Amino acid sequence: MDFSYSVLIPLIPLFAFLIIGLGGNKLKALASGLLGTTGLGVSFILSLYTAYQYFFVFGKSAEGVYQKIVAFDMVWLRFTETLHINMGVLLDPISVMMLVVVTTVSFMVHIYSMGYMKGEVGFERFFAFLSLFSFSMLGLVLATNIFQMYMFWELVGVSSFLLIGFYYQKPSAVAASKKAFIVTRFADLGFLIGILLYSYSTGTFDFGLLTNVDGELIRKGTEAGFLGLSMLTWSLILVFMGGAGKSAMFPLHIWLPDAMEGPTPVSALIHAATMVVAGVYLVARLFPVYALSSPDALEVVAYIGAFSSLFAAIIACTQFDIKRVLAFSTMSQIGYMMLALGVSGYGEHGIGYMASMFHLFTHAMFKALLFLAAGAIIHAVHTNDLREMGGLRKYMPITHITFFVALMAIAGIPPFSGFFSKDEILVAAFEHNKIIFFSSMLVAGLTAFYMSRLYFSIFWGKNTHYHHTPHETSPVMYIPLIFLALVTVFAGFIPFGELVTSDGKALHLHIHWNIAIPAVLVALTGIGVATALYMKESKTPDKVVASLGGVYKTILNKFYFDEIYMFVTKKIIFNLISKPIAWFDRHIVDGTMDGIGWVTTTSSEKMKNFQSGQLQQYAIVFISGVIALVLIFSYFSTN
Amino acid sequence: MNIEQFLLMRHELLLVITALILIVAEIFVADKTKIIPLGVGLFFVNLVIGFLPAQTGTLFGGMFHNTDMTIMMKNVLNIGTFIVILQSAAWLKKPENHDKLAEFIALLISTLVGMQFMISSGDFLMFYIGLETATIPVAALAAFERIRNRSAEAGVKLILSSALSSGVLLYGLSMIYGTTGSIYFDAVALAFTGTQLQTLAFIYFLAGMAFKISLVPFHLWAADVYEGAPINVTSYLSVVSKGAAVFILTILLFTVFSKIVAMWQNVLYTLAVLTMTVGNLFALRQKNIKRFLAFSSIAQAGFILLGMMGANELGSATVVYFVLIYIFSNLSAFGVATLISNNSGKENIDEYNGFYSTNPGLSLIMLLALFSLAGIPPVAGFFAKFFLFTAAASAGYYWLVFIAVINATISLFYYLLVVKAMFINKNDNPIAPITIDIYSKVGLILAAVGLVVTGLWSDVFEVIRGLSFGIN
Repeated sequence: MDFSYSVLIPLIPLFAFLIIGLGGNKLKALASGLLGTTGLGVSFILSLYTAYQYFFVFGKSAEGVYQKIVAFDMVWLRFTETLHINMGVLLDPISVMMLVVVTTVSFMVHIYSMGYMKGEVGFERFFAFLSLFSFSMLGLVLATNIFQMYMFWELVGVSSFLLIGFYYQKPSAVAASKKAFIVTRFADLGFLIGILLYSYSTGTFDFGLLTNVDGELIRKGTEAGFLGLSMLTWSLILVFMGGAGKSAMFPLHIWLPDAMEGPTPVSALIHAATMVVAGVYLVARLFPVYALSSPDALEVVAYIGAFSSLFAAIIACTQFDIKRVLAFSTMSQIGYMMLALGVSGYGEHGIGYMASMFHLFTHAMFKALLFLAAGAIIHAVHTNDLREMGGLRKYMPITHITFFVALMAIAGIPPFSGFFSKDEILVAAFEHNKIIFFSSMLVAGLTAFYMSRLYFSIFWGKNTHYHHTPHETSPVMYIPLIFLALVTVFAGFIPFGELVTSDGKALHLHIHWNIAIPAVLVALTGIGVATALYMKESKTPDKVVASLGGVYKTILNKFYFDEIYMFVTKKIIFNLISKPIAWFDRHIVDGTMDGIGWVTTTSSEKMKNFQSGQLQQYAIVFISGVIALVLIFSYFSTN
Repeated sequence: MNIEQFLLMRHELLLVITALILIVAEIFVADKTKIIPLGVGLFFVNLVIGFLPAQTGTLFGGMFHNTDMTIMMKNVLNIGTFIVILQSAAWLKKPENHDKLAEFIALLISTLVGMQFMISSGDFLMFYIGLETATIPVAALAAFERIRNRSAEAGVKLILSSALSSGVLLYGLSMIYGTTGSIYFDAVALAFTGTQLQTLAFIYFLAGMAFKISLVPFHLWAADVYEGAPINVTSYLSVVSKGAAVFILTILLFTVFSKIVAMWQNVLYTLAVLTMTVGNLFALRQKNIKRFLAFSSIAQAGFILLGMMGANELGSATVVYFVLIYIFSNLSAFGVATLISNNSGKENIDEYNGFYSTNPGLSLIMLLALFSLAGIPPVAGFFAKFFLFTAAASAGYYWLVFIAVINATISLFYYLLVVKAMFINKNDNPIAPITIDIYSKVGLILAAVGLVVTGLWSDVFEVIRGLSFGIN
C-alpha cells in the first residue's frame, strides 16, 4: 500500500503558513482565517483516511502485527555513509494516532479561533502562526529519525514562543513567552547532548534501526559506563530531559502556568493537547530502547511522572485563575502518562505503554474541550478569576453541558473516556510499583476534587452580578465544543489495546473491577467534597483554608518554585557565575580584544610599510617567503 | 586524430570560438552595446553545453586529459564567469567603455580558456601555457581603465609580480624535470620521491601557485591590484581566477606530489595559519568595501587549504564544493557592491548605513552573501566551511581546525559590521533606491539562488562527492 500521500498532511499547513505569512497584508483577515482552517481541515480528513487505511486495511503484516511503514524518505544531509540526516514520514500506531490527535484538535481550534479572535489586531498573524505550529507538530510526529524530530521539536518551540507572546504589547505575555522559550531551550540542550551521545555510540539517527528489537543497535552503548550508569542510560536520561522540558515535568514545569498568557485557543492546542505531550511521545518513540536496554532510565521516567502528577494536582486545588487550574491539571495528567510509560514493560507486559497512549488520546480531547470552554467563559465574563464567576449555567447552557462532560471524563467516571484510560494506567501502576499506584489513586481523588471545584465555582455557587449579562457563544465557537464533547463521550470505547501497543501485537483488555471500583469511589469522594464546599455559597472553604494556614499559602504560591528559580538564577547563577564571567569578559576578553585592536593598528602601521605599493619590496617579501619555506621544509626537516 | 577526439576539448574550443566571434562582431556592429546580449547569449550557450554529458579521455599523447571531475570544475568556473559578465554589463554600457566592450568580454573568455587548459593539463608544459594564458589577459583587464592612474598601475603591478612568480615556478619545474626526467604528470608522479632537491623544486612550484591563490606571504600584489582594478575585474580575480588555481593545485598535489604528502601537508599547514590570520587582520581594518571583500577573500583562501590537507576523497570534494559556494557568495556580495558603486559612486562601508531602508531587496541579498561567507548556519557557506573542517579533522589536524574556527569567528565580526551598517545604523541620507538593469538582476538572482540551492539541496554535494578523488 502506498501511503506517500501522507506527506501532504504536514505540507498543507506549511503552505498555508507561507501564503498567509507572506501575503498576509494583502489578504483580508477573514480570508486568511478561512485559508488556514480549510488547510487544516484537509489535513484532518487526510489523517482520518490514513488512520483508517493504516489500522484497518493495510497496516498489519500477515501475522497481524502492526508494521512501521516509511511512507516517504529523502536524504537531506549526508555526513558519512551511515550517518545522514533524512526527512521523511514514518507511520506506525503511535504516529498515526498522534496525527489524528493533532489534526483533530488543531482543526477544532482553528474553527473556534475564527470566532474567538474575531476583530483582534493581528488576526492573520495568529492564523499564520497556528499553521506554522501545526506543520511543526506534524513534522515532529512523523519524524523518521531523531534528528528530524529534534529540528521540528525546536520549530515547535519557536512557534509556541510566537503564540504565547502573541499579545506582544502586554509585558506579562512577553515575559511568559521568554520564560517558556528559555526553560524549554535549556531542557533541549540536554536533549541535543543525549542525541549526540546516542548517535555517536550507535552511528545512526534512524528510529527504525534504533528501535529494532531484533537488531544489535538496541543494546549498543550499554557497555561503556560513566558514574555507575551506562552510556546509553545517560543519553536516554538526557533525551528524557528534553521531553520533560516540553511536557512541563517537575522541575522544568515552571513555564507552563505562565504560558497561559497566550490566547486561550493556543492554550487548548499547544498547552493541553499537542506540544506538551511531545515529551511523552518522545519516550514512547524510543520505548523499546528504554524498556529493553535501560530500565534505570525508565525508572527515572516513572518517578518524575508520578511526582509531577501529585505535585501539580495539589497546586491545582488552590488556584483561582481558571486557566492556571487547567494548566496544572495538564501537568498532572501528563505526569500520569509518563508514569504509565515508566511502569510499563515491553510486548505482553506493555499495558502501561498502551494506557499511556490511550490516556494521551482521551486527555487531548477532553482537555482541549476544557480549555475551549474556559475560553468561551472568559469571553463571556471578561475575567479569568474564579471568585468573580458563579451561576453561569443559566446563561451558557451549551458550554455548561460540554464542560460537565469533560469534568466527568477527567474525573474518571464511567462511561466517559477518561475512566477507561485512567483505569489502564492504574492497573499498570498496580502491577509494577505500589507506591506509584497509591500516589496515582490520590491524584485521581484530587483531580476529581479540583475539577469539581472549578465546575461548581463557575456554573453554580453564588449568583454573581455581571455588568453585561453573559450570553452563550456563537455557533462557530460552540460547534467545536460539541464535537469534542461527543468524542470525549465515545472515545473510551475505542479498542485501543488492539491498535496501539509497544510491539504492534494486540493486547486483550478487560476492566479490572478490583481497581476500577476503588478508583471510581475515590473520584466520587473528591466530587462529593467539592459539592459540599462549592455548590452553594458558604463560608466553609474559607474555614478550611484558615485551618491549613501556612501549608495552604505554600501551595497557593506553587511551593514557591518560581521564587526558588529566581533565587537560583538571580542570586546564585548571576552572582557566582555570570558576574565573574562578565568581569572576565570585560577585563580579560575585552582587554585582549583591545590589545588585539592595538596590535592590529600598530601592525597595520607596520604593514603599511609592507604594503608600500613598491613592487621591489613585494618581490623581496616574496623571495624571503620562498627562502623561509625552503629553509624550514627542505633543509631543517631532512636533517 | 578524428573529430570525436576534438570534442574532448569542447569547453575550450567553444570558448575560443565565442571570443573570436565577439572580436569579429565588433568590426561589423555599429551599436557596440549590442555586443553585450551577443556575448551573454553565446556564453550562456557555452554554459549549457558544458553540462551536457561528455566523454573523458586524453589527447596529444597525454598532454591534455579530461575526467568527470575536471569537467565539473570547468562548469563551476563557467558559472562564475557568466555571473561576472552579467554583472559587468551595466558598467560596460557607459559611453567611455563602448569601444573596448568586445575586448573586455573576449579577454575575460581568453583567461577562462587558459584556466580550463590548465585544469585539463596532463604535463607541466600544458599546465604552464594554461597558467600564463590565464594571467596575461587579466593584467590587461586590470589596466582596463587605463586613463585612470590606479587602474594602469594595477595592470603593471600584476604583470610584473606575476612575471616574478612565474620565474620562480618555472625554476621549480625545471628542477622537477631535471630530477625526474619527464614533464608528464604520470611519469613525474612515479619518480618524485622527495629528495632534498625535489623538495626545493616543490616549494618553488608551490610559491608560484600560492601567488595565484594569494596565500600569505605571497599575497602583497593582491591589495594594490584589487583596489586599482575595475570592481568587476576585482571580483573576477578574487573569485574565478583564484578558484581555477585552487582546482589545479588540488589536482597536482593529489596526483603528482602524492608521494610527499606528509611534507606538503606541513607546508600547507604553515601557509593556512598565516593566510587565515593575516588575511583576517587585513580585512578587519578595511573601510572600503572593495578592499574589504578582496582581503576577506585572502582569508577564505586560507580555509580552502584545510580541505586540501584532508588529502582524501572527502578533501577534494569539499574543495570543489567550497569554491562553488564561494563563487556564489562572493559574487552576490560583489554584485551588490558593483551596483552601489555604479549608481552612487559610494564604496565606503560607512556610506552603507541605512541601506536597508531604501533598498531592502539588495540588502537581503548582501545579508545572505555575507552570512554565507561568514559561515552562519543554515546558509550554504556554513556547510561549505563545516565540510572543510571535517576534511581537515579527518586527517587529524585538530589544532588547525581550532585555529580555523577562531579565525572564522573573527571573520564573523567584520562581516557583521557590514550587516550592521546596512540594517541597524541610522542614516539621514541613505543611498537612494537603485534601479537594477536586467543583466545585473539576472546575475544577482543566479548567484543568490545558487547560494540557496547549493546549500540546501544536498544532491549538489553528492554529485561532487561522486566525482571526487583522493590519494591512493
